[in-house]
Amino acid sequence: MKDTVEPMTSTPLDELIVCPQCDAVYHLKRPRVGERAQCQRCHKVLIAPRRNAGLRIIAVALAVLVLIIGAAVFPFLSIDAAGTQNAVSVLDAALAFSGGPMIFLSLATAGLIIIAPLLRACLTLYVLVPVVLDRDPAPHAMQAFRLSEALRPWSMAEIFAIGCAVALVKVADLAHVGFGPAFWMFGILVVLVIAQDSFMCKWSVWNSLENPRTSSAPRT
Amino acid sequence: MVCMELTGKPQNVVSAKDLNLVACTRCAKVWPVSASTCGRCGHKLVSRDSQSLSRVWALWVIGFMCYIPANIFPMLKTRTLFQEENSTIIGGAVELAHYGNFGIAAIIIFASVFIPLGKFWAVAYLAISIKAGSRISMNRRQMMYEVVEYIGRWSMIDIFVVAIMSALVQLKTLASINPGPASIFFALSVIFTMLSAQAFDSRLIWDAQVKDGGPGRDE
Ligand SMILES: [Zn+2]
Ligand SMILES: [Zn+2]
Repeated sequence: MKDTVEPMTSTPLDELIVCPQCDAVYHLKRPRVGERAQCQRCHKVLIAPRRNAGLRIIAVALAVLVLIIGAAVFPFLSIDAAGTQNAVSVLDAALAFSGGPMIFLSLATAGLIIIAPLLRACLTLYVLVPVVLDRDPAPHAMQAFRLSEALRPWSMAEIFAIGCAVALVKVADLAHVGFGPAFWMFGILVVLVIAQDSFMCKWSVWNSLENPRTSSAPRT
Repeated sequence: MVCMELTGKPQNVVSAKDLNLVACTRCAKVWPVSASTCGRCGHKLVSRDSQSLSRVWALWVIGFMCYIPANIFPMLKTRTLFQEENSTIIGGAVELAHYGNFGIAAIIIFASVFIPLGKFWAVAYLAISIKAGSRISMNRRQMMYEVVEYIGRWSMIDIFVVAIMSALVQLKTLASINPGPASIFFALSVIFTMLSAQAFDSRLIWDAQVKDGGPGRDE
């Protein structure tokens, strides 16, 4: 690492915050719980601490974990036409593409609707549980959180759930369709996934991972 | 709502690049521009990715090339007692509308035609505007980018519908639905356009402001 170019500012770098979207530099001013700090130029929300957000996110992640495993294994839809029946789980749906290059599609679908959401929930628990308990961060917690954020756009459980509704309407003319318990579990999952993303203040998580304990209570 | 205090004078936004600083694109930590990896999360640091636009275009072209066969080949193969039927994406939606399911037909057309085409247009427009300038304000273009990033993944819904129907409708001799070759092209197209949008460095939109000598022009 060469240090030939000096930053053109006398402010310590820890007291600066840069908007990730437009690169604008600000002096860090911590908002209180419930307030939001916004970029003046592109209006991106930079910091938005919520009360007990850490606990809430953990609860949601646990629920997501249970629901995905449940929805993956138990049948969530069944079909019945003229005495012939068929019931499928989410895993069956993911593996519906078979034969030749279609295998790739099966793997991609399984990755997007089961593995990515599952991995994100696990990583979230791994990162946030020690923070909320006021312990030292878990080993490699920062890399884990970075991976979890990188997975965010690829975790598509909620899109799959809306896809279920569309598929139901398309099949309804053809046969009688029944809902298994996992169908409702998936419905709850959608709401939880969306809630999880709205609680999460990334800046606060990074901050508490970097300065454990000093940052008073974890305001993730 | 707390507004952040600017480092420069009000009305004069300073970018990290101007201060010889670089912010981590994953965790937003600020480093001197000479740092090569983020000391906090380990992500690679780039002040402005000079390769960003060529990667955007390369992925864009692959995505677009996959989108064409996705519309030509059949998406679904439906076999019932008396007939076997192959339907394309648009053909399937037209058929749904024909049977009175206008809502679902609209969702399918919106997710599989309007979103992908709109996305191709928006990403191309943003990439061109970096080099050629634009009459659309920076705030608008930033919003365009956010919409593209948010909504692009929803195109995948059609693939999931095909997956669910193919898994569910397997009624021995009575009826069966199987995925057609278009599904693989469509999925690839969605994945590559998502990667293309992610490769775009939105900070480039705002650099022009500094070059043009100050804000105001856009607000
Ligand atoms: Zn900004
Ligand atoms: Zn970082």
